[in-house]
Parts: sequence; structure tokens; C-alpha cells
Amino acid sequence: MPPPESFSGASSGAGSATPTLAGPPTTVPPADTAALAGAEGAATAGERAQRLGWGAKLAIGWLVLVVAAALLAPVLPLDDPYEPVGAIARQGPGTDGHVLGGDSLGRDLLSRLVWGARMSLLISVTSVLLGMVLGGLLGLLAGYFRGRLDKAFVGVFDVLLSFPQLILALTLVTVYATGEGVSSTRRITVLIFALGVVSIPVLGRITRATTLTWSQRDFVHAARAMGARNRSIMFGEVLPNVLPAMFSIALLGIAVVIVAEGGLSLLGVGVQLPTPSWGNIIAEGRGSLRDAPHIVLAPTVAIFLTVLALNYLGDVVRARFDVRESAL
Amino acid sequence: MIGRRKQVTAVADAPPAHGRRLLEVEDLATHFVTPRGLVRAVDGVSFSLERGKTLGLVGESGCGKSVLSRSIMGLLPSNVERHGSVEFEGQRLDQLGPAELRSFWGTQIAMVFQDPMTSLNPVMRIGRQITEPLRFHFDMDRGQAEKIALSLLESVNIPEPARRLRQYPHELSGGMRQRVVIAIALACGPKLLFADEPTTALDVTVQAQILELLRTQQRERDMAMVLVTHDLGVVAGHTDEVAVMYAGQIVEQAPTRTLFSSMRMPYTAALLQSIPRLTNASHTRLNVIAGRPPDLLDPPPGCRFAPRCPYAQDRCREEQPPLIEADEPGHLYRCWYPVGTDEAREALERNLAAHVPQAELAVSGDMTRAAEVEAALEGAGAAAGPAAYESDGSAADGPDGTPADQADASADESDGSSGDTAGGTEASSGPDGAEVEIGGSD
Repeated sequence: MPPPESFSGASSGAGSATPTLAGPPTTVPPADTAALAGAEGAATAGERAQRLGWGAKLAIGWLVLVVAAALLAPVLPLDDPYEPVGAIARQGPGTDGHVLGGDSLGRDLLSRLVWGARMSLLISVTSVLLGMVLGGLLGLLAGYFRGRLDKAFVGVFDVLLSFPQLILALTLVTVYATGEGVSSTRRITVLIFALGVVSIPVLGRITRATTLTWSQRDFVHAARAMGARNRSIMFGEVLPNVLPAMFSIALLGIAVVIVAEGGLSLLGVGVQLPTPSWGNIIAEGRGSLRDAPHIVLAPTVAIFLTVLALNYLGDVVRARFDVRESAL
Repeated sequence: MIGRRKQVTAVADAPPAHGRRLLEVEDLATHFVTPRGLVRAVDGVSFSLERGKTLGLVGESGCGKSVLSRSIMGLLPSNVERHGSVEFEGQRLDQLGPAELRSFWGTQIAMVFQDPMTSLNPVMRIGRQITEPLRFHFDMDRGQAEKIALSLLESVNIPEPARRLRQYPHELSGGMRQRVVIAIALACGPKLLFADEPTTALDVTVQAQILELLRTQQRERDMAMVLVTHDLGVVAGHTDEVAVMYAGQIVEQAPTRTLFSSMRMPYTAALLQSIPRLTNASHTRLNVIAGRPPDLLDPPPGCRFAPRCPYAQDRCREEQPPLIEADEPGHLYRCWYPVGTDEAREALERNLAAHVPQAELAVSGDMTRAAEVEAALEGAGAAAGPAAYESDGSAADGPDGTPADQADASADESDGSSGDTAGGTEASSGPDGAEVEIGGSD
């Protein structure tokens, strides 16, 4: 695990939520702290955070750290991730004050890791959001109206799920964003879209299943008996109850997509070099695994910890949601 | 006070040419299309209701009383066939489209559901749940709607109403929640309120308060009410007229006083007898109606109560009795051998002579034989097994209540497990459950 002090610039951003990881004072204003915690979603202020277990606190701490580092990459005192600095190619952590050492071309690995976090998170979060919006909408409609619409949408989900997900994404990226003259932006957009399509059926199915149970509740009948329209029942009454389940799956989804992006990079259709992402740092460092294992190890550990934290938090959210449901 | 504020629908402005008459239901039938066939949940029901009056709809679980009220409103799933006519203030509700019906729901007709635990949205503040219908029916702004919500909560006797508006349902007790549910139903000033077992999920002391609340609200607003219940005690104290339902039909209907003074239908009489008396000695066996309601997929050809009736003759089993008027005005019943007549006495004697089990049970009151009778009836009507009944029950009436299980429960008590095997349903309600439920009515 990368030592926390290596991210000291960002770690105090997590100060209030994760006292254990609080680093030396920095220039990050407190307002940003709240915004970051909010963006993280799982980190809530006040009493709720007090009741979280150690595991959840550590998970939130790590995620806040990663998100803060990713967001603040341009202002952090890091080397240029695109230019070699000195003779540190393949040199291990600590060489010449470069905390994680250099990559195979002599660029600062820490800098590439932080900028890579930016790219990996951008891709995973937006593609899962895309899946959440589209899959959620389809699932909500299917679960609420049932009947033929439900059968059709579930059919779509099943078909999408029956493709091996990596192959589906690989195909989409290969068809729409490979070859000469494909810009980096286009590649990233298509990646997001491809991974979003992959997460539609997963989020769609969980939304549908949860909607099915919630839309049978009496308060839905009661709202109908008061003359409410389907639209307002669906979005006003049912959706707020379905969101916790969607959210817990979305957290797991982000984890899956981070790994999937790594896989696509290894297959050569991830984010285009020299733009770093966790996946393509691994792909690039693969060649020097024998003499410079730290190049592959650093992003791998970052992915491992992030995926672990997301999975753990996903479970925490689900547990919370279940408890609340049974209490009613 | 709220109902007079603003009328949005065209219907509301229609002249009251039909006088005091508010609701007229004519030969209403509601059939569920299921993979196993047509479930006749409501089968040819007619009645009318005047403004400001209360009709009690009584019957066992699965007799179609909940479906009837939803059917009148038009709040039914799509696998339903509905025939007959429903007229509300001269307007045929059964011919309206979904959008037109929506303008009636809430503002003209509203409904209070059985379980206040599930009829409020757990993630929405009370205030928003009350103001929402006001805002979309009357186009009010937030401030106006909140003022009305506050006065509504006051009128249903909720302490600290301003604080409650900002609370979530789980912060309130069951009785409090049912008051909120009632406040929501009353919000848009309906002229007709369906109360679908509004007190079943509440404990006995709260039941009385809620019924009293409904009564005062109804008087203040000149609102008609259909009170759906399985509790004859509730009906006796809180209704002007009673309709007793059995297997999807009205089997007896009369002004409340008349019904209790001179009931004609053996089923009504049996229901009344199954209420435990406070004057009974402790550990008295509870009276039961042996057997269970018929399979609504394939109801018996004659009188539907015949298989369980102590007076039943061959004619009852072959020919369905019509709903005929008794000597008293407005008293209708559906029986060939009405209670209290010489024919009925003769019929009972014939049955006793022939050792018809349910007749002997009814006369002797010897509940140790209940399980035996139960088994005999199950054998006779084996076509409708327990499983068949179970699914009908859920289709027709939802998972409410225990009265149908009452028979089982007491049978269990009398004869250990044999009643259980005959009954086939769980007896978790137990004799105590039945006692509490009915006991509140006395």
C-alpha cells in the first residue's frame, strides 16, 4: 500500500471524516472537504459517521483520498506525468525523492498514478452513472408497469448480460474508436459508453426487482387512490425507495468497471497512451515486470484497495438499507 | 371546510338532481382472470348510499368486500373483468377513462387503507404526503398546502401538528399513522370515503378512537362512508346500514338496527354467534362456523352458504335463493329458510334427525365436535382443497384478517392437531387472537 504521507497534500482533505489518515496541514480549504465527502456519497457528516464501523471509516477514508487526489491532480506539487524527469527509469521507490520511483520511460510514477486515478475514476463513475440513469429508467418502467413492457425490457437485459461483458466492451471500442486518427477524447467517450452499456442490465435488473416489491406497497395504492399520476408515483413515491438498492449496486459497479478498464487496457483498447490510467500503467509496465515490479505493483494496489473499499461500502449501504426497511 | 373551498371537476358543478343519493351500484360483478379460471370475487352486487350515511360491509376474509370497494372506485389491476354499473352523483364511474377517474380520486372519493404501517411512504415526510394531493388537485403553492395540512392534522387530533409535518412515518405510532392516513384521505374533501378495515391493524383501545374520529369527521363534512370490516361489533356502533357479504354476494342487507333485531340469513346469525360474550365463563369454547367459504372459481350451484348452513335443505343446494325483501322496509336477504320462521325450524329438525353435523354443532354448541364437523365438510367439498381456497383468498381479499381462520383456530383448540390437518391453514392467530379481535367489538 502506498504510504498515506505520500498523498499528504490531499489526505487532510479527508481530515474530518478520517482522523486516522489526517496528514500535515495543507492549503485545502474546509469547504472542499465537505464537497468531496458529498461527492463521495457514502461519507455523510455528523452522527451517522460516528456510528460507522472501523472498516467503513477506512474505506471512506481511502476513497476520499483517491477522489481528492484525482480532483486536485493539477494543483498538487507533482512532476509532469508526460515527461521523463532525470534518470529514474525503472528505479524503485524513493529514488531521488521520487516517492514511487520512475516508470519504464523515466516518468514520475506517483504523478502518473494520481493522473491515472483521475482518468480511471472519470471513466468508471460516468459509465456507471450512465448505466444507472438508463438501466434505472428501464428497470423502473419494467417493474412499475409490468406486463409486456417488463418482458421486453427483461429480454433486453438478459441479452446484454449473456454477452461476456469484456468482449462486448472490447467490440464496441474496437469498432468505434480504434485505428488511425482516433482522438483520445473519442476513445474515452466510447470507452465510457461501452462500459455504460455493460452496466445497464445489472443496474436495470436490480432496479426492476426492487421496484416490483415497492410498487406493490399500500402507499403506492394510496397515492393512486388520491389521484396521483403514474409518473409522479413512479418518480415521487417508488424511486426514492429504490435508490438505496441502486446506489449499493452502483458502488459495486464502479469497482467492476475500474477492473474492466484495466482489462481493456491490457488488451490494448483502453485509454490511449501517453494519457495515464491505472489500467494502462499496468499494461505499460508489464514488459519490465521482472526488473521493475513496482511499476505494475503501484496501480495494482491502488485498484485493489479502491475495489475493496467500494465493495465494502456497497455492502454497508445495503445493510443499512435493509435495516431501515425491516424497522418499518 | 376544505371540500367547499374549490371545485375543480366539471362533475362537481353538476346540479344535485338525484337528491340525497350519492352512490348507486347496480349488479356489479368483478371477475379475476387467473390461469386456473375466472375467480368471481364480486358477483352481482347492488346497493345505494345516501350523502352523509355509512354503510357497513361485513364478511369473512375472501368474501370480496375489499375487492368490491376497489371495484367501485375503479382501482383494480388489469386482469379483471368488471360488469354492471357504478353511478356517483349521476355519473357513470364505470364508463370513465383513467384520466377522468383520476380527477374523482381524492377529491370526490377517497380511501383509507387497512395497514397504516404500509400505507405511508417511509422515505417521505408526513407534511409532503399530505400536501402532495392538495398541490396537484388544487394547484396550491407550498405555503397554502402546508397551512391546510396543519389544520388537517389538528382536526384528526394529532398533538404537535407542526412538528409532525416534518417527521417521517417511522417516528409515529400505529394509531398516529392511521390518523395521518385519514388526514390524507380527507385532504381534498371527498364526498365518499372507503375505509377498508381501518382498525384491523391497530390495538383495541386505539380502534375505538379511530372509529370515533371517522364518525366525527364524517358528520362535520357530510361525507358518506363505506366501512369495510369483518367485525360485527364495529358495524353495530358505527353504521346506518349493513350489507353482509358471502362469497362475492350480498346475502343480507338492512338498516343496522333492523339487522341486529331481526336477522334472516343464517350466515349473519352464525357470524353474530361467533362473537364471544363477555358474560361467558372463562375458557368457554368459542362458537365457530364450521367449514370454509366456497371456492370462488367454482361456487356451489345453490345457495353459497348451504354447505356450512345448519338449516340447509335439498332446495338450498340446488337453487340459488334471490335477494328478497323482508317485512321491514329496506331489509333484503337471500335465503329459502330464513331464521326465525317455522320453515327454518322444521328444516333444522329435519337436519338434526338426519344427523347433519353442522346442524348438531350449531344446536348443541358442543365445540369439541368442531374438528369432526370440519373434517366431514372437507371430505364433502373435497373439490376445493385448502390450497385452492388459499389462492382464492389472496386473489379476492388480500392477506387480511383472521376470521376465516377462526373456525380452524377454535377447532384446533378443541381437538389438538386434527383440526389443523383438516383446516390446512396455520392456526397462528389462535383462539386468543380470535378473542381479541372480536372482543373489541362488544
